[in-house]
Amino acid sequence: MKRVRSSSSPSDVIFNAAVCLIAAVAFLVTLYPFIYILSVSISDSSAVYRGEVFLWPVGFSLAGYKQVFQQKGLWTAYGNTIFYTVVGTVFNLIATCIAAYPLSRRTMVGRKFFNFIIVFTMYFSGGLIPSYLLITHLGFYNSRWVMIIPALLSTYNVMVCRSAFAGVPDEIIESAQIDGANDWQIFHTIAVRLITPTLAVLTLYYAIAHWNNFFTPMLYLSREALMPMQILLRRVLIQASTELAGGDTQAFENQAVATLQIRYVTIVVATLPILCIYPFLQKYFVKGVMLGAVKG
Amino acid sequence: MTQSKTAPRAQENRREALIKKIKRDKYLLAMLLPVLLYYVIFHYIPMTGAIIAFKDFKPGGGIYNGEWVGLRWFIQFFDSPYAYRTIRNTVLLSLYSLIFGFPIPILFAICVTEIGNSKIRRTVQTVSYLPHFISTVVLVGMITNLFTMNNGVVNGIINALGGKTVNFLQNPGWFRTLYVGSGVWQSFGFNSIIYIAAINGIDPSLYEAAKIDGIRKYQQVLYITLPMISSTIVILFILQLGKLMSVGFEKVFLMYSPAVYETADVISTYVYRKGIESSSYSFASAVGLFNSVVNFLFVYVANCICRKATQTSLW
Repeated sequence: MKRVRSSSSPSDVIFNAAVCLIAAVAFLVTLYPFIYILSVSISDSSAVYRGEVFLWPVGFSLAGYKQVFQQKGLWTAYGNTIFYTVVGTVFNLIATCIAAYPLSRRTMVGRKFFNFIIVFTMYFSGGLIPSYLLITHLGFYNSRWVMIIPALLSTYNVMVCRSAFAGVPDEIIESAQIDGANDWQIFHTIAVRLITPTLAVLTLYYAIAHWNNFFTPMLYLSREALMPMQILLRRVLIQASTELAGGDTQAFENQAVATLQIRYVTIVVATLPILCIYPFLQKYFVKGVMLGAVKG
Repeated sequence: MTQSKTAPRAQENRREALIKKIKRDKYLLAMLLPVLLYYVIFHYIPMTGAIIAFKDFKPGGGIYNGEWVGLRWFIQFFDSPYAYRTIRNTVLLSLYSLIFGFPIPILFAICVTEIGNSKIRRTVQTVSYLPHFISTVVLVGMITNLFTMNNGVVNGIINALGGKTVNFLQNPGWFRTLYVGSGVWQSFGFNSIIYIAAINGIDPSLYEAAKIDGIRKYQQVLYITLPMISSTIVILFILQLGKLMSVGFEKVFLMYSPAVYETADVISTYVYRKGIESSSYSFASAVGLFNSVVNFLFVYVANCICRKATQTSLW
């Protein structure tokens, strides 16, 4: 056997080139749509009309933004989304902790049975129609609560939270019991405080789910005043509604371009808040993936 | 005689012990009570509600209202051309997503961990997670507007390169490509996190020893990196196989139009159209129940295989 020790043999050069190429392609393909959309949204509308924008903005104009920000519907939808996200996430977190803590206690009576009842729902459901009939039957149709109560718990998140509680050392709980604390006191004064990193991850998961929720409002909300952002986005982006363009499309050279540019502005307006806070939260998302994996 | 005396006493003792335990755990059980109530109302009652798949549901009299009709709706579904079409589309969309969506995160993870410069590495990684956080509505909005014939940039680029305008959105032949491609675009970065973590967890002394032996870089990947993360790969692959009959409703629903139903209509969107839009609640429940049962079987079998192969399981 012949062993070569040089670190830059031809095969290594090819390997490094391939690595760089793949990484570069992945980087550009991911980033391009974002840059393009941002560029169109701030370009001069006549340049968009002539099809001159491919990567960087051509000209500069915030007319699209002005137009979109003037529409009352946008602010109503934004407000509703923020309401559902904040209230929903608070309810989610309380319910998840209350569910996860007892399930994490190894000595609790009936623990296996309760665990089974909850985990089983991850793998089997009655389907869309029975849920729909039940939820409308309970009077949730066109009620703000439909965004909060039926999705009170995500079983997957309960499992993540349960393993975090299970990581609280038994000695801490036992010494609190000797001091005369009951289970409720141990739960809210000690255990919850010890799992704050996991709670941060769960907050993010729940909040993103609420922010992006489209299916629930589509099924159960028909009143305009209750509509969240995602419903408005669907109308503007996919169903080609011109409502955010206002009546004043004469300001643009061409109606079609006006709506096109308005759509890209809308994407920016709807996505920017998440993309702005995203770099600061990134490490929590990565941590969340690992929490799910450790569960096993 | 002695036996018959001790048996009831043992039973009594057990019951006493149980009552003692319940008293001891009263706070924990009280905490669980609202949780169980939630699961019963929003998960188990809908499960029992699925019996309307065997009834002729009449609105206005509760969620179980209707006369028994046996398997009528199931027979109706399997006799219709929609059964084949929706099952085929469901399986093909998940299968293609698996074939293209599964290896790419692994490849990407290997490339990312091979980048020497840590600043570049972190930037590439951060950017790759970005698409994961945009909502399905915005993703589909991006697809429809970037690929449209009317001023869409993709057709703009095709035209600039001398090609002919392609009708991506109304042509059934393009639906699967767009669906799978956008899915890979949105998730490859995020799905690579777990592999990157697995690669970073490999003992560096393995690589050092290999280097002394003069091993090539591609050989490092083949003989060290891949074998060391193979259990992660196997587990994730089997779990994905378990999801073969479930395709996310939202994205298909937002992306499709009657023009592309031939390749786009999946079971869940069919259930939605039949049930919610045409109010054929019983028929749609039957189709949905069929899908739930098949899904459950797939996940169950996948889990059994996973347990045999790797000693890890979901439950």
